[in-house]
Amino acid sequence: MSNSTAEPVKPLSTEQLSATTLLRFATAGSVDDGKSTLVGRLLHDSKSVLTDQLEAVERVSASRGADAPDLALLTDGLRAEREQGITIDVAYRYFATARRRFILADTPGHVQYTRNMVTGASTADLAVVLVDARNGVIEQTRRHAAVAALLRVPHVVLAVNKMDLVAYDETVFAKIAEEFTAYAGELGVPEITAIPISALAGDNVVEPSSNMDWYGGPTVLEHLETVPVSHDLATCHARLPVQYVIRPQTAEHPDYRGYAGQIAAGAFRVGESVTVLPSGRTSKVAGIDLLGQPVDVAWTPQSVTLLLEDDIDISRGDLIVPSGDAPATTQDVEATVCHVADTALSVGQRVLLKHTTRTVKAIVKEIPSRLTLDDLSQHPEPGRLVANDIGRVRIRTAEPLALDSYADSRRTGSFLLIDPSDGTTLAAGMAGDAFATPADEAAQAGAADDEGWDF
Amino acid sequence: MTTVAKVTDEGTDSPYALSHLDALESEAVHIFREVAGEFENPVILFSGGKDSIVMLHLALKAFAPAAIPFSLLHVDTGHNFPEVLEYRDRVVAEHGLRLHVASVQDYIDRGVLRERPDGTRNPLQTLPLTEKIQSERFDAVFGGGRRDEEKARAKERVFSLRDEFSQWDPRRQRPELWQLYNGRHAPGEHVRVFPLSNWTELDVWQYIAREDIELPGIYFAHEREVFERAGMWLTAGEWGGPKAGETVETRLVRYRTVGDMSCTGAVDSDATTLDAVITEIAASRLTERGATRADDKMSEAAMEDRKREGYF
Repeated sequence: MSNSTAEPVKPLSTEQLSATTLLRFATAGSVDDGKSTLVGRLLHDSKSVLTDQLEAVERVSASRGADAPDLALLTDGLRAEREQGITIDVAYRYFATARRRFILADTPGHVQYTRNMVTGASTADLAVVLVDARNGVIEQTRRHAAVAALLRVPHVVLAVNKMDLVAYDETVFAKIAEEFTAYAGELGVPEITAIPISALAGDNVVEPSSNMDWYGGPTVLEHLETVPVSHDLATCHARLPVQYVIRPQTAEHPDYRGYAGQIAAGAFRVGESVTVLPSGRTSKVAGIDLLGQPVDVAWTPQSVTLLLEDDIDISRGDLIVPSGDAPATTQDVEATVCHVADTALSVGQRVLLKHTTRTVKAIVKEIPSRLTLDDLSQHPEPGRLVANDIGRVRIRTAEPLALDSYADSRRTGSFLLIDPSDGTTLAAGMAGDAFATPADEAAQAGAADDEGWDF
Repeated sequence: MTTVAKVTDEGTDSPYALSHLDALESEAVHIFREVAGEFENPVILFSGGKDSIVMLHLALKAFAPAAIPFSLLHVDTGHNFPEVLEYRDRVVAEHGLRLHVASVQDYIDRGVLRERPDGTRNPLQTLPLTEKIQSERFDAVFGGGRRDEEKARAKERVFSLRDEFSQWDPRRQRPELWQLYNGRHAPGEHVRVFPLSNWTELDVWQYIAREDIELPGIYFAHEREVFERAGMWLTAGEWGGPKAGETVETRLVRYRTVGDMSCTGAVDSDATTLDAVITEIAASRLTERGATRADDKMSEAAMEDRKREGYF
């Protein structure tokens, strides 16, 4: 057993543990960029790998004739992955430091698994894009940057790995960082942090590297621990998709009628005037229950129950919004979709569209273009999208939807397309423009002191 | 529970940040309500273990002040800890819930299942469970599985589609995007739902402490007659232990998981309070299952194989 895992860990106090926040992040990298090693190193060096897990890795590594434990074995969980030595699907990892708890969506790097990076990035506050220092920015790097930009991941880390193989050379790092920052910046990625690392040797992953004195920035873990995850909600559009109507109808609560849901964006206050979409009926917030406890104000992503002053007809699928800040409703959706199923999506196809808590019938009217992520070129009228394709679509829905632009709200601007015949998830959709423009970013930066990103 | 969480850390100065427990709680409640909104006949798997106890607590909060719109299902191995069965029945009565029981012993008595030579009944749970799901026509089955438990579990979706044989196929999972869970399924199929997917063992314990949730006494240090087998302390009992050469001794122990007595081990511990348990777990260098589950040690893919067959 290696010394580093045998060291006793100082337990965190209960107070320390409960005050920590949660950061969700995703990793992306090409096949041999060392992503599994980076993930293994983060888990291992943050003391999140326990003795029995490491022993299992050591046992398997030894049985294969390896002289050192293969940290990648910590993350490849399925039989087929172990057999083939590749990662075939998104896996979720958990680790914690005194400052923060982390949920890592560990996404495979194979080109045929673009959909998995989309899956991982959809809930991520931050994406780590790995690059091999010897190869620099390659097509796959640009794809990963484009997916992070498309999914509007608020923070992107460029981890330039294998610095040990380029003699820890500052100019190699600077050139790659500059090229990536320029490319991702053009796509509208709001914040890019470049870090030179060696996942294998442990440089700048958890511990600062003595091999790169020229680098004055944070290690990967330090950055993960300190990057801001919450935002000034005053500038967000408040949205509550109604999930479920709570009506106890008991002697104790004969008239209780609450609209339960998770606040998708912004905040709601008691006394506020609200509008219910798509009906357009209005009322006032009479009370907010935060899981059984009355509160005056609640915000995203809290799960709450809203009580209204008027007894109006509201059911699952409706959207409650502040009366002065309602999105337009529409039956014509323009969006970018990432196709995630093995069967194609074609013009004229009938699908189900799931938006927040509402599922409606829909038809694919047009597929105006397919995007090539490598160079961001558009192929007009492809007719159909197949697995891992990203394209623009026009969809007509059977009922009006209160849809925000994905740029304004990742929760209320996203949707799924579902095959009505067997329930397969066909595509992940993002309403509105595909990429943010740097100009938009500049305008947003001027309007608020935070990035204006929204969960 | 605090009315307005004022949490700050070095990463944010926003008063709107949620603590990680509040964020996990909110997400789990969202999942319970999605299932209530989209399925006809959901059921919560309830073993009387800490994860299912936390699930039940979350479900009660999700629908308060109304009753939870689900029934409970216990897969009874016949080798249960008596304290846990007592706890189960008390909770069911207290909240006016409906409890279904799928009994492994019934299947053995009827000759459908045969006792294994090692006396372990965990692998025998799959058939009673899946047949009960079919006969009661449950279309959503909540489980307390967490993705931190095991490598195969790390790949599990929150909504996990199972075919008519309850089988899990890791290569045919639906991508899970944003918080948009797709629960559509054909008749005969069902969806396993894991609201605690993103929780760790420590999160569960911290939440139990924060919410002051009552647990069966076996989770806290107590004196018990145990014997050693395969590096674990097992409780002596009618299920087939100790065997010749295994000596019973009285030790101060507690359990980290609750399961079948034949394969769930106790750990040496003097933690008699929640705080002491949390301190002990935070310092532990062994995972919960590594420390206490014999069945997971059978092979590297033991969990994956059982999940494929329909186990949780």
